[in-house]
Amino acid sequence: MSAFSSYELERRAGQATGVLVLAFVVLAGAFFRAQIVNHEQFRLASNSNHLRGISLEAPRGTILDRNNQTIAVNIPGYSVKVLAFDSLTLRTVLTRLAALLPEDSIDIEPVMRRWKAARYEPALVFASGETRVVARLEEHRAALPGLLIQAEPRRRYPDSTAVAHLVGYVGQVSQGELDARKFTDAKPGDIVGKMGLEVEYDSILRGQNGLRYVEVTAKGRMVREQSGGGAITPVAGRSMVTTIDLPLQRFIDSMWRADPDLANKRGAMVAMTPKGEILAYYSHPNFDPNAFIGRVDPAMYRSLALDPDKPMYNRVIQGYYPPASPFKLAIAAVALKRGLVTMDTRMREGCRGSFSLGNRSWKCWKKDGHGSLTLAQAISSSCDVYFYQLGMLIGADTLINELNAMGFGSRSGIDLPNEVTPLFPASVKSYVNKRGVSTWGGGEVLNLSIGQGANAQTLINMVSFYAALSGDGIKRTPYIIPGRVQGPSHDLHLTAEQRLGLRQAMLAVVSSGTATAGLASETGVRGLEMAGKTGSGQVAGQKDIAWFMSFAPASDPKIVVGIQVEEGIHGGLVAKYAFRAIAKYLTGKNLKIESHDSTEDLSPPPPDSTSGAPRKAGGQP
Amino acid sequence: MNRGLSRQLLLVVGLLSLYGLLMLYSAGQTDLTGAARQFSLRDIHWKWAAQGIWLAIGLVAAALTYRTSFRMLEWATPWLYAIGLLLLMATLVIGTGAGDAKSSKSWLAIGSMRIGQPVELAKIATILMLALWFSSRRAPPTTLRGLIAPIMIALIPALLVLKQPDLGSAMVFAGTLFAVMYWAGVSVPLLVLLASPIVSLLLAWSTALWSVWMITLFVLLLVWRPFIVEAITVYLVNSAMGVLAFVVWAKLDIYQRARILSFLNPQGDPTRTAYQAIQSKVAIGSGGWFGNGFTLGPLKRTGFIPEWSTDFIFATVGEELGFIGVAVALGLFLALLVTLVRIARRSSDPFASMVVFGIAGLLFTHIFENVGMAISILPITGIPLPFFSYGGSFLLAMSLSLGLALRAASEERAAGYV
Repeated sequence: MSAFSSYELERRAGQATGVLVLAFVVLAGAFFRAQIVNHEQFRLASNSNHLRGISLEAPRGTILDRNNQTIAVNIPGYSVKVLAFDSLTLRTVLTRLAALLPEDSIDIEPVMRRWKAARYEPALVFASGETRVVARLEEHRAALPGLLIQAEPRRRYPDSTAVAHLVGYVGQVSQGELDARKFTDAKPGDIVGKMGLEVEYDSILRGQNGLRYVEVTAKGRMVREQSGGGAITPVAGRSMVTTIDLPLQRFIDSMWRADPDLANKRGAMVAMTPKGEILAYYSHPNFDPNAFIGRVDPAMYRSLALDPDKPMYNRVIQGYYPPASPFKLAIAAVALKRGLVTMDTRMREGCRGSFSLGNRSWKCWKKDGHGSLTLAQAISSSCDVYFYQLGMLIGADTLINELNAMGFGSRSGIDLPNEVTPLFPASVKSYVNKRGVSTWGGGEVLNLSIGQGANAQTLINMVSFYAALSGDGIKRTPYIIPGRVQGPSHDLHLTAEQRLGLRQAMLAVVSSGTATAGLASETGVRGLEMAGKTGSGQVAGQKDIAWFMSFAPASDPKIVVGIQVEEGIHGGLVAKYAFRAIAKYLTGKNLKIESHDSTEDLSPPPPDSTSGAPRKAGGQP
Repeated sequence: MNRGLSRQLLLVVGLLSLYGLLMLYSAGQTDLTGAARQFSLRDIHWKWAAQGIWLAIGLVAAALTYRTSFRMLEWATPWLYAIGLLLLMATLVIGTGAGDAKSSKSWLAIGSMRIGQPVELAKIATILMLALWFSSRRAPPTTLRGLIAPIMIALIPALLVLKQPDLGSAMVFAGTLFAVMYWAGVSVPLLVLLASPIVSLLLAWSTALWSVWMITLFVLLLVWRPFIVEAITVYLVNSAMGVLAFVVWAKLDIYQRARILSFLNPQGDPTRTAYQAIQSKVAIGSGGWFGNGFTLGPLKRTGFIPEWSTDFIFATVGEELGFIGVAVALGLFLALLVTLVRIARRSSDPFASMVVFGIAGLLFTHIFENVGMAISILPITGIPLPFFSYGGSFLLAMSLSLGLALRAASEERAAGYV
């Protein structure tokens, strides 16, 4: 039978047609599987190929002072990003970009790292670019495929150094912060708070970034905004009103900078109401927070980091110092609370310039001695010998327990990050366990009684104690944002009469006691009665630390001011700065800063200061 | 007896040409450059027009082959085959590359002017030569030894194009060889034995699969009972292939290895060759039932589909016209092939019959490999899709072939020949 017989041909044609149909069914099946069964998967894959989500920065909430003046605002800025599909293209584009902007010395490697962390997102080259940069890049857009320039809000702190330690600054979230999950729902490239209020209230201030989609080609060139849904509108962060009195805050900064005795000194100053509302919060030296926005100049950063005066160090809540004489009020408060003394009680021994315990002699700051003093007099003259005896009268265990109960062993709880815990023994036992029996010779209680020894307090903790004394006797958690802080409050358990006695003793400090010398030139504002307490702490190997704690008006305190100057002058000499701040707050007038005249000499307020500075104390802004 | 033009063939071919031209127009509609375009046939935007011109040329070529009698063709076949081989050899010496295969030598060029890819014409010449060889015999060979001559006829041009290198076209020669042998009446067992070393080579990747295959082959040899010498030869060659696979692997070019590897595991290396396979499949899958709309395929528009006007044009069909568009295209292709088989079956003489069936085999290999590669069921070998892919030489070869098929159809008769 021939291979080309009709029958054979028909058979082979049939077989061949069968094979063809089978092959096409296989093909059609493969298409059906991809296009119908797995359609959704491939549709998503297609979208993620040619669509790129671009984050839209949400404007941060502004930060306002108690009278709605701005502390932190947003101004228009530009971010420069590059969308890339492979590292080679990205590197090429970045190299060109860096060549176009030689003065910005763009570092390619960090951008490459950011891109590798999130390949389908545009890699940030720098945030907050200036118009000059944007104009030059737009000119060369053709040579920079994937270039993305977005208008983005840029943070601005109009008062610069005056608010540096208060408000902090913002910056791109770091890998470490992401790993530690420090910020909820922060993604690489997001702008978060790095310091101060910006980080404390980041979750409220930050808002939610939006997203838009652009269609891109395989080579990374953007084609068009994707029409239709999918885009997410950014939600702006919420604004926050603080308790800060910005004119006072500014006044303190300019005073510190302008005063020849203070300008090169390290220190801090805090003003608050008796109820714990922070009115001013200042640490010196400081920095310009605006310099941290956008691209941080490495030289600037290095100089800040290497500065021996540590401008980034927040001395209000991070510096702890021997509280020295201002701590005598705490000793007095404990004795009064326990009913051991009244304001008129005298100690067994009068002050002869020193006090002997065992075979050791403990000096008073006044070599000639103060003679026999009442508690009120001992406070105004800051007699060490009186307080040695008062401390012994209370007894070490009681003293340490009562002081802990007043909050000297714990943080103030202010709504700022990284406050340190004061160094204070939890009990005699814990102290002995830590240091060894030999150091507790009984003399330690003498050291504690004059604010030395195993005791280092932050300025904020001391000021909030004085706020309690000036007010209703309850040491409250100080706060900058009303209604957010639920810290502990410590009742001093002093009667109104006892508080009044202490205030009068402090008034005497200013009128006739240790602060009079420093204030001789400052009594210019008639009717302004300031109560205060001076102090000079000793740290081994360093010069004295000057303190002045004060409040005014003495009869009905509205403002409490504490100042601390490292390696400063004597506490009595820093009193005038507190006085000037109080005068500024209560009268709205700027005392002429370098004035040594004794008469009313009030310079006109600078134009940026509102003439009617708030007089009210307490209450919510 | 002259039955005139086959309306069925003309209709299917006409629809496919129109469909292909539309898709080629769509291929030019992209977002890749924004500026207004100058008219240039080299520009992708105008390739549909260039293809239209080639279609017109193809129409003339088809008319010429339609006018050519098979007797005349039979006489000319050895010369055509010789010319085909000479052109392939010339290509190896003076050929140039194009597109993403710049290092290969598939184009014949005078100066910088590329005048065509000789392999497309060599494919037809080889079909003619095979048909001539088989039609000159009363009965098909029944031994492997008897098949050596036709194997050589296909193997020589295949080796020449493999040298370019062009793996896809080399495979087309294999496809047409088996098609013609089958149609000439060579028994299926013999074809299986002939193909067995290739199967062995492919299965060598897995020792288990290869062992199963070798046992199956042993059983088949016992059942089919070929000459003992041939049986032993087949078995030895199969064994050798299992071992040789690794030697052959070492001999393959890097791009060939990459293509095979990326076929075996496309997700393994999505940045390079497998990128093409993945993008193509993603584009097709995103099409769904009705597609993203004519000219609106997002991955095509943004240049993610590789070679979207030539080798991967079918991905655009899937992306823009969806499963419906794919089904219509596959239906037309199937109709074309079934029509060709019917023409071959009714052809007035064995030579014409085998030529037409060889052409069907050629088209089928192209279609199946190209479409299968677009949907990732076959490795990427870079051969064009008839009627869709842009390319003059290939379109010309298609036209010549279909002219022959029309001629055969006009001479067809219902009965066989004894």
